[in-house]
Amino acid sequence: MFDMDPVLMSRLLTTMTLLFHIIFATLGVGVPLFISIAEFIGIRKKDPHYLMMARRWARGFVITVAIGVVTGTAIGLQLSLLWPNFMQVAGNVISLPLFMEVFAFFFEAIFLGIYLYTWDRFKNQMIHWAFSLPVVIGGGMSAVFITTVNAFMNTPEGFTTGQDGFVTINPIQAMLNPATPTKVFHVLASSYVTVAAILATIAAFSLLKKKSSEYHKKALKLTMMATFIFAILTAIAGDMSAKFLAKEQPEKLAAAEWHFQTEEGADLILFGWLNEQDMPVGAIRLPGLLSFLAHGDFSSEVTGLEEIPEDERPPLWIHYMFDLMVSIGMALVLIPLLYLILMKTKKWNEHHKWMLRLIVLGGPLAMLSIEFGWIYAEEGRQPWILRGFMKVEEAATTSPYVDLMFIFFFLLYATLATVGIIVLRKLFRNNPVEVELEKKYPSIEKGDS
Amino acid sequence: MTYEIIGITVLWLFLYGYVIVASIDFGAGFFSYYAKKTKKDHIINQLISRYLSPVWEVTNVFFVFFFVGIVGFFPDTAFYYGTALLVPGSIAIILLAIRGSFYAFESYGSKQSNVYMFLYGATGLLIPASLSTALTLSEGGFITETNGEITMNYLKLFTSPYSWSVVFLAIVSVLYISATFLTFYASRANDTEALKLVRKYALFWGTPTIIAALTTFIALGQHNQRHYDRMLDLWWVFGLSMGFFMISLGLIYIGKYYGLAFISVMLQFFFAFFGYGASHLPYILDPYITIYENATHQSTGIALIIVFIAGLFLLVPSLILLMKLFLFNADYVKGKK
Repeated sequence: MFDMDPVLMSRLLTTMTLLFHIIFATLGVGVPLFISIAEFIGIRKKDPHYLMMARRWARGFVITVAIGVVTGTAIGLQLSLLWPNFMQVAGNVISLPLFMEVFAFFFEAIFLGIYLYTWDRFKNQMIHWAFSLPVVIGGGMSAVFITTVNAFMNTPEGFTTGQDGFVTINPIQAMLNPATPTKVFHVLASSYVTVAAILATIAAFSLLKKKSSEYHKKALKLTMMATFIFAILTAIAGDMSAKFLAKEQPEKLAAAEWHFQTEEGADLILFGWLNEQDMPVGAIRLPGLLSFLAHGDFSSEVTGLEEIPEDERPPLWIHYMFDLMVSIGMALVLIPLLYLILMKTKKWNEHHKWMLRLIVLGGPLAMLSIEFGWIYAEEGRQPWILRGFMKVEEAATTSPYVDLMFIFFFLLYATLATVGIIVLRKLFRNNPVEVELEKKYPSIEKGDS
Repeated sequence: MTYEIIGITVLWLFLYGYVIVASIDFGAGFFSYYAKKTKKDHIINQLISRYLSPVWEVTNVFFVFFFVGIVGFFPDTAFYYGTALLVPGSIAIILLAIRGSFYAFESYGSKQSNVYMFLYGATGLLIPASLSTALTLSEGGFITETNGEITMNYLKLFTSPYSWSVVFLAIVSVLYISATFLTFYASRANDTEALKLVRKYALFWGTPTIIAALTTFIALGQHNQRHYDRMLDLWWVFGLSMGFFMISLGLIYIGKYYGLAFISVMLQFFFAFFGYGASHLPYILDPYITIYENATHQSTGIALIIVFIAGLFLLVPSLILLMKLFLFNADYVKGKK
């Protein structure tokens, strides 16, 4: 149509689909956990506030899960439609985890249907709560399986190649490749922290608008504590990932840190920009910290980009993605920490409007951080699609219609996003929690709630 | 049995599963829009949404299962079909996306909207049409390979009588399957009003379904002689399919045993579908892909089969639970729960 290069257009279309899908995939992994926790607390404490929390989160979740399902189907098919040469080769190996992911998704889909339509159907509330567990597990497991596929593309293992492709294949070894443990840990922890932060954003936003509401205060406390715990876990996972990269994919870490020469006691470079000689300018240098990040030792040697052939180096702009991801990650530890300190200190008020405003920022920032992190991880293995085996341009489709499809899909995602937001707003605007609580639990104390 | 045969059989089984559950869904979309247009929506919409709401996501998974599975077992399908199907495949994804998400938006989110209903009804017919392209292509003659480059001959596809008869067959089958299921579901719910309406739909769509099956068969004979001859060898399978069609239509006509009638419809399509599939073998894409030459490595094939079996142990009890709670729970069907 515009005579665009199918390789470039395939990359752009895949990027767009993934960036859009990741938002809903993250919610799909994380939200069921919090629905389940809230319902459990509600049943144990006989507290209608928490039960209502589970209901309302579940109601919003259905809308996001629908978009997650349809965009997930899209990326599943696009893998073959846009990267037929890649799938022809790698399909032999990655079909196993892809398949297991579909099973996990199937499992989740069945029980989500059951969970949503059996509120109040059983005398024993715990039975209904138990139906949330397969949803939590299914969501988590699909993230695990699909992440092993991505990990395989970063560190392919579990096969030997001969003249015409694969000679032997060990699909289990391919799934448990070196990148898998850190990636899975990082993906799960960051999904949970992001969802906790987003639910906290909603609670804080409502508190800012309506002043005091027992329901929103309880929601805020629950989600802030979760944010804190998962943010720390995410930071640990991030540190492990950096150590993994230093060992297995040094070019990704080196490009992220603008680390050109192999040296001992390497500095960590924060922010800044590159001048015409590709020298970092205006950056904050933390002496020896990159060595510490890479190997846990301030004076260890870190491989520089100079050792990587020029046509196999990732782009240098991924530095910004890395910095943004890490900075937001730090903020997600500090914001809930501040909240918890204010809460524990009798004289201070954790619902101060500046505290709440800070929390409101947390959710959107966390989602941005997910996007930055994925862009960094994916661009960081350029130019490879299968690191060391297949480059991106060998993998893409030769079909001339990718640019037209790009426009179609752009329109689709724009529509889904717009209508999705309108529907979600309607769903909660027209049905405030106070009204719903009173309808459902007439005995609940009024006034402050 | 070799792992290639097991693989393609399981995949075919899942595709059959998708044809049934998706047909119910797609047809229901069309019928609810049609009922709205003819001002009869108050009669059947409640019935349709009670069935569909808990299962729409599951329907989608059958499809994902099939295409992930076929690429896994036969990675060369990704290369040929992937390249050739970029446009129809993308259109099908977009339609599925609109349909799935708008269904959720409508039934969980906002009040009924005409636009949503229209999209829901229209996509219900367009999706089977676009997905059936893949089946048409599999007969060969539309895709050509020159120097490792795949090109699809769209002109040939759009002017082929065979491809249009497949599209027609897909659409009428969807409506027939869906109407017979809804008839059964309405009778379970003791909803006489709805039953009268959907029974009429079922009787109406029976005849075109069988006519379309015959014309497709004749068109196939002109397009792919080899496949046609193999189908004639398996004539008794298609005979069984025809027999079950007569049974189902007969039962619906006399207005009794709707459950049995729907099972007959399922068997009718089961035999037709498996007869078609068995006679298609060993080709997946005539003449480029066969199940033997283009299967994945044995170790992956066996691992996939193990996962299949393990997965079925997980899925079958869950699906039974789902059906018990919604489909076969008389109180739920009647709207009491």
